Amino acid sequence: MTQKNQYKLNVNGQTVEVTAEPRELLIYTLREQLNITGPHIGCETSHCGACTVTIDGKSVKSCTMFVAQAEGKEITTIEGLGGPDALHPLQEAFKEHHGLQCGYCTPGMITRASKLLEEIPNPTEEEIRFGMAGNICRCTGYQNIVKSIKAAAAEINAAKEAAQ
Amino acid sequence: MPKDSGIGASSKRREDVRFLTGQGQYTDDINIHGQTYVHFVRSDVAHGKINSIDTSAAEAMPGVVRIFTGADFEGIGGLPCGWQVTDRHGEAMKEPAHPVLAQGKVRHVGDPIAAVIAESLEQARDAGEALNIDIEELPAVVDMKAALSEGSATVHDDLGDNLCYDWGFVEENKGAVDEAIKNAAHVTTLELVNNRLVANPMEPRVAVGDYNRANDESTLYTTSQNPHVIRLLMGAFVLGIPEHKLRVVAPDVGGGFGTKIFHYAEEAFCTFAARQINRPVKWTASRSEAFISDAHGRDHVTKIELALDADNNFTAVRTETLANMGAYLSTFAPSVPTWLHGTLMAGNYKTPLIYVNVKAVFTNTVPVDAYRGAGRPEATYQLERVIDKAARELGVDPIALRRQNFITEFPYATPVAVEYDTGNYVATMDKLEEIADISGFEARRKASEANGKLRGLGVNCYIEACGIAPSNLVGQLGARAGLYDAATVRVNATGSISVMVGAHSHGQGHETAFPQVVAEMLGIDESMIEIVHGDSSKIPFGMGTYGSRSIAVCGSAMVRATEKIINKAKKIASHLLEASEADIELKDGQFTVAGTDKSCAWGDVTLAAYVPHNYPLDNIEPGLEETAFYDPSNFTYPSGAYACEVEVDPDTGKVTVERFSAADDFGNIINPMIVTGQVHGGLAQGIGQALMENCAYDENGQLLSASYMDYAMPRASDVPFYAVDHSCQTPCTHNPLGVKGCGEAGAIGSPPSVVNAVVDALQSAGHNVTHIDMPVSPSRVWAAMNS
Repeated sequence: MTQKNQYKLNVNGQTVEVTAEPRELLIYTLREQLNITGPHIGCETSHCGACTVTIDGKSVKSCTMFVAQAEGKEITTIEGLGGPDALHPLQEAFKEHHGLQCGYCTPGMITRASKLLEEIPNPTEEEIRFGMAGNICRCTGYQNIVKSIKAAAAEINAAKEAAQ
Repeated sequence: MPKDSGIGASSKRREDVRFLTGQGQYTDDINIHGQTYVHFVRSDVAHGKINSIDTSAAEAMPGVVRIFTGADFEGIGGLPCGWQVTDRHGEAMKEPAHPVLAQGKVRHVGDPIAAVIAESLEQARDAGEALNIDIEELPAVVDMKAALSEGSATVHDDLGDNLCYDWGFVEENKGAVDEAIKNAAHVTTLELVNNRLVANPMEPRVAVGDYNRANDESTLYTTSQNPHVIRLLMGAFVLGIPEHKLRVVAPDVGGGFGTKIFHYAEEAFCTFAARQINRPVKWTASRSEAFISDAHGRDHVTKIELALDADNNFTAVRTETLANMGAYLSTFAPSVPTWLHGTLMAGNYKTPLIYVNVKAVFTNTVPVDAYRGAGRPEATYQLERVIDKAARELGVDPIALRRQNFITEFPYATPVAVEYDTGNYVATMDKLEEIADISGFEARRKASEANGKLRGLGVNCYIEACGIAPSNLVGQLGARAGLYDAATVRVNATGSISVMVGAHSHGQGHETAFPQVVAEMLGIDESMIEIVHGDSSKIPFGMGTYGSRSIAVCGSAMVRATEKIINKAKKIASHLLEASEADIELKDGQFTVAGTDKSCAWGDVTLAAYVPHNYPLDNIEPGLEETAFYDPSNFTYPSGAYACEVEVDPDTGKVTVERFSAADDFGNIINPMIVTGQVHGGLAQGIGQALMENCAYDENGQLLSASYMDYAMPRASDVPFYAVDHSCQTPCTHNPLGVKGCGEAGAIGSPPSVVNAVVDALQSAGHNVTHIDMPVSPSRVWAAMNS
């Protein structure tokens, strides 16, 4: 399994070429080859969601996807959602409502939440809790995460309305 | 009117932006030029004799740099234990050797046998599979009672048996306690298990060892709650590296919860091996590896008896506990079931006589040590469950029975050697009854019944001993370290401040809360103050973060150092303002001469300290930097009252937490937003323990719950909305901030009320169920209802 191949990916709007063994997991390509260290490795069995990225519009746990499977796909990580000078409304809301503590699950949590709000633009508390159940946080007890996502939804919806 | 800065303000966390944007720098994000990767080959049997290890085939594999086994660590120290417990007979506990890599025997699934270093992680793993290891499997010691029985196999043959210590506390009270129980009007007895847990911070442990030949300096980057403690233990006891040649860095750490306090074999290995091969060595645990190598928590089996007189006053408590140590003594393991547990058995109540017996037992399982709460959840769970059972047996209201027995006068010396400085248990219970709407419960129960569900209400109190700890006291109790903390306040020439603190922040928000204190004291903006932590080369010393001690102990050191800064700054200001030092006042960042309009700004004084052209050089040194070490004179005693309401589905046994309320007394509060977050997180872990989490071994010592497939972590859909209040505040009387600590309360206080609520729900439907062990899973509830 040492044969390496070339793969073309689109990561956060940029096309990149990587050379990797087909067995390499996407999370390692992102972290070790592309130095995109926002997505983290928490369990390697797709249970915890720390590695969540968006691939072609869907939330994907990048610890259980081979880089070969991501060939030609559009990948968005936390780094693609917003940077320190231009926070995404979810990032703003997590800060405002103390939706994070150690920060390790946070990039995956917010990346997932960004898709949840596309799937359900105005979710109830229960819909948030179930929609986020694939992402484990050990610090916050989830209450402030729920609060943050609700607040971000309101913010995003208000901005949409204002734009119409 | 809430404050918008300083002590008491809910300042937004300044650390958040880096975490929110993926810019956090965790240990696994560190890669060093020339780095190699290590893969540990671990035992897949619980107990066995190592006959031989043949590395030749593995050494020939591509990319392999070096393979180490236990033989390479002959003559090198093992992992030390930081606490020596003395048993009932005055004998020191048994303390087995704990080699970095197994020597002679393997003693638990996960015990590291060999370490393969290669150019890539894949190559290291591939070569690990090519090792030829011959292990003769031996009978495994798993169950604690069996471990203590005659003829049991022994985990450590040289120790003779599996008993680490037999501890009695307070031994002199034993006779009186036995007598009180014999003569009591009523005795309630309960046998229970405090289930074994795995802390599971979301970031698995990582270690990167580096060695610099030029200056003979070793550096370890590690996922630690206390880098100085690791430097001390590893440098002095394992590898023999003097502290000035050893740097330990704990950068951003993704949660700890106790399990990242301890010094682990992988840290010592990476530091040692980097020097041996003169290249950096990196290890990153997989989650399954974390399950078999991170110290576990809890795992107590207890019988508790509560004696009451004819008026329902508590007269005595007696407990017998078996506490699992696992296969080796982890760093602070012996202190958890003893001094962090026995001393809390008075709880919030004026029980005059208490006797606690703990037998600590070696088994062929992963070592067990402190996990969020550490000993105090075990004490709280026993006491608050047995009180609930007593109330049901006596037909009295569980809240009334607690209120009747509350300690109401402070300071209060308990019969278990600690003195509560302050508290108000009536106030927290009053607050709980209000926020939990206890009086509305019966109506909610009827509504649940109408939906075919059984509803139950459970209440409990808790007390904890935090702010660990007075060094002279813990020294008498067997601690092999002091438990003070330290801070250096470095004021820069232009007035900005770096505060180097020994406490480590891994989610607790120190980078935000600590500056609030200094800003308040100096009257300057919080943004001028930065906290530096986690690097032994930047910080004078520190004992780290655990036991809800950071603000109470390290925060107090920071206050003392800031007071020294103010004293010196006033001297400088008195020179600049040509006034007497006694007349100088500092307010809102301005130094003024009392009763005049003469003043100078904070920045004028700091600049003068570093550009001393007009400066009293005869009397004062230039510069403005002060260090303080703070050793607390007592523990702090946060307390509170919690209520849980559950619904039980009678068809399936599934328990749902419908409401959870927590009224806490943390003394003074620096940042209410952060405190609330700490309570939320603790509650989720406590509810997780009560309903879901369980670390299970089979009879052969195989870990059955070694991944998130089998170890149930609470998810957003598993936990309720929490009503949290910390408006009851009795400030700590012996530290300068009046703070008590809040990190562990939720995890300590929540399990008993969950189980009390389930028992209440089942009894309300006529089931004769007095206890269900945690986790209160659907199958256990269903079995209890149908037995």
